[in-house]
Amino acid sequence: MSTIVTEKEIQQLQLTANTIRQTIIRMLMDAGAGHTAGPLGMADIFTALYFHELKHDPKNPSWSERDRVILSNGHICPVRYAAMYHAGYQIQKEELSTFRKIDSRLEGHPAFHRLPGVETSSGPLGEGLSEACGFAFAAKMDHKPHHIWCLASDGEHAEGMTWEAVMLAAKYKLDNLCVIIDRNYIQIDGFTEDVMPLDLGVSLADKYKAFGWNVLEIGGHDFADILGAFEKAKSAKGKPTCIVARTTPGKGVDFMENNYKWHGVPPNKTQAEEALAQLARIEDALRRE
Amino acid sequence: MNFIFADNYLDETKVKMSPMREGAGLGLAELGALHADVIVVGADTLESCRAHHFTEKFPDRTIQVGVAEQNLIGVCAGLAYEGKVPFGITYAPFLIGRAWEPIRTTIAYPSNHVILLASHAGIATGTDGPTHQMTEDIALTACLPGFTVLAPCDHEQARLAVKAAYDLKGPVYIRCAREATPVFTTPETPFVVGKVQILREGTDATVIGHGYMTYRLLQIAEELKELSIEVINVHTIKPLDIETIVASAKKTGKVFVAEDHNIVGGLGSIIASALAEHVPVPVKSHGVYDIFTESGSAKDLWGKYGLDTEGTKKALLDFLQK
Ligand SMILES: Cc1ncc(C[n+]2csc(CCOP(=O)(O)OP(=O)(O)O)c2C)c(N)n1
Ligand SMILES: [Mg+2]
Repeated sequence: MSTIVTEKEIQQLQLTANTIRQTIIRMLMDAGAGHTAGPLGMADIFTALYFHELKHDPKNPSWSERDRVILSNGHICPVRYAAMYHAGYQIQKEELSTFRKIDSRLEGHPAFHRLPGVETSSGPLGEGLSEACGFAFAAKMDHKPHHIWCLASDGEHAEGMTWEAVMLAAKYKLDNLCVIIDRNYIQIDGFTEDVMPLDLGVSLADKYKAFGWNVLEIGGHDFADILGAFEKAKSAKGKPTCIVARTTPGKGVDFMENNYKWHGVPPNKTQAEEALAQLARIEDALRRE
Repeated sequence: MNFIFADNYLDETKVKMSPMREGAGLGLAELGALHADVIVVGADTLESCRAHHFTEKFPDRTIQVGVAEQNLIGVCAGLAYEGKVPFGITYAPFLIGRAWEPIRTTIAYPSNHVILLASHAGIATGTDGPTHQMTEDIALTACLPGFTVLAPCDHEQARLAVKAAYDLKGPVYIRCAREATPVFTTPETPFVVGKVQILREGTDATVIGHGYMTYRLLQIAEELKELSIEVINVHTIKPLDIETIVASAKKTGKVFVAEDHNIVGGLGSIIASALAEHVPVPVKSHGVYDIFTESGSAKDLWGKYGLDTEGTKKALLDFLQK
């Protein structure tokens, strides 16, 4: 994939993702509530979007030509807020510690009317892909070239509404739309394949194929893979693209990784310190490379 | 039947704190042991709704549908058509909001005996924010013909409501809050579906609450010793015990309703329309004033939006001075 990015650029992206993970841990510790596993797992993909892929202007979040990022699984918003903060959106450093608190713009689930740069209000699962279709229709009608990136989770694929949108996007050949699925195999009550299996019969990726989508399967922590998939998504013609990103929930903190108990709880102070120490060690190793 | 209060219930340092959802979960487990036809259908929030008290004991009577509330409703309806007694359980905004039309057609219209049991009613949900704070659920269920709508005032009453729901007919909705709130009733406190509870008699004003707001009203009535306040707990919002409320309104001439729900379509508006017909006295609805609030701890939200004891007292005094 070196045709798209150099080793050096990838290393920089890895460092940025690490910084974002550290910010997420601090935000959650200060909030004393919120979701930990999903945001840590999606830090690399958000970094790839906000620091490489997106056509956007952090100082002008309502720029009409911007790419749209529709976050369907709103509960992972700490990663979005942290990515936006580090990318230069107008969020103050002190504001990060107001997450989930009264009077804050950083709502527990994203609020469109409060924070510029957030495209939709979300939190209730299964709604984002339909909204993303609406954004994609609007772009086509207005002959706008921007891309619609919809972030969704695996758990919300139990919702019928998700599949209604899957059919719709294929029907209308919404090739300006790409959904990136956080395939981390966890949800609240357990592992997805125990709660509501998505790979039963055929895999989630094959299900999307059967519905007429262009489907890519990638490692969600491999920047070459991620950026390569973004390129393919943008060049796909006549079909929407689905990127099934295999991620590790809680990525970067050993006691959080792949443990669904970390879906919806924040670290306490001791746990946060340990998590930050682990992330700092990863950061050191990256810098030595 | 005399109301029985927990010991020292008005002493905030001594009263036990526990969420209604916990009481509901314990009630479910008791019901499960008593009746083999009780089934739990969940949507990826079973432990959070404290239904694990049931599911761990009765895995064969547990159906986990994943994050799929409409599917949950249809499954409950099918089970009920076949004579089972399903409890459909998840957070109020998704259980009632996402799946409203399936509830109407598959449960309410055929009058299926399905019990919808929700956590996360009201702004007491807290830091998750407005998407998860359900303040329209009473409006959405009370308008459905044949529904019984229960809004227990604490952990113990939630437990009793769940157990009582089994013996009712037709659809039932039970709303519980997520946050721990004072447990001021006891396992021995009488609970009869369809009968309001007069917790304190008075002649100057009738104050009515449901859910944890009833506790605030008791505190206020105690503080405002110079006034004689009648406090009524309405755990059954539908069918409403309008006779008792009319009698109280006739006596006091003023009715104040406090609730963690939108004032549009909440208990206050239901009572106001009933009183307009029987005894048109001034009615004040105090609740969420037709807005979406925000994220914040339950305590901070109560303070900012006037649903704490102070804010509720102020609203009551403003009303009485008019
Ligand atoms: C419609 C709806 N139902 C239920 C919920 C409660 N909920 C929040 S996150 C979640 C788990 C969903 O799984 P996933 O998004 O894969 O979780 P993660 O991988 O981030 O742990 C549930 C059920 C919700 N937000 N929306
Ligand atoms: Mg998941």
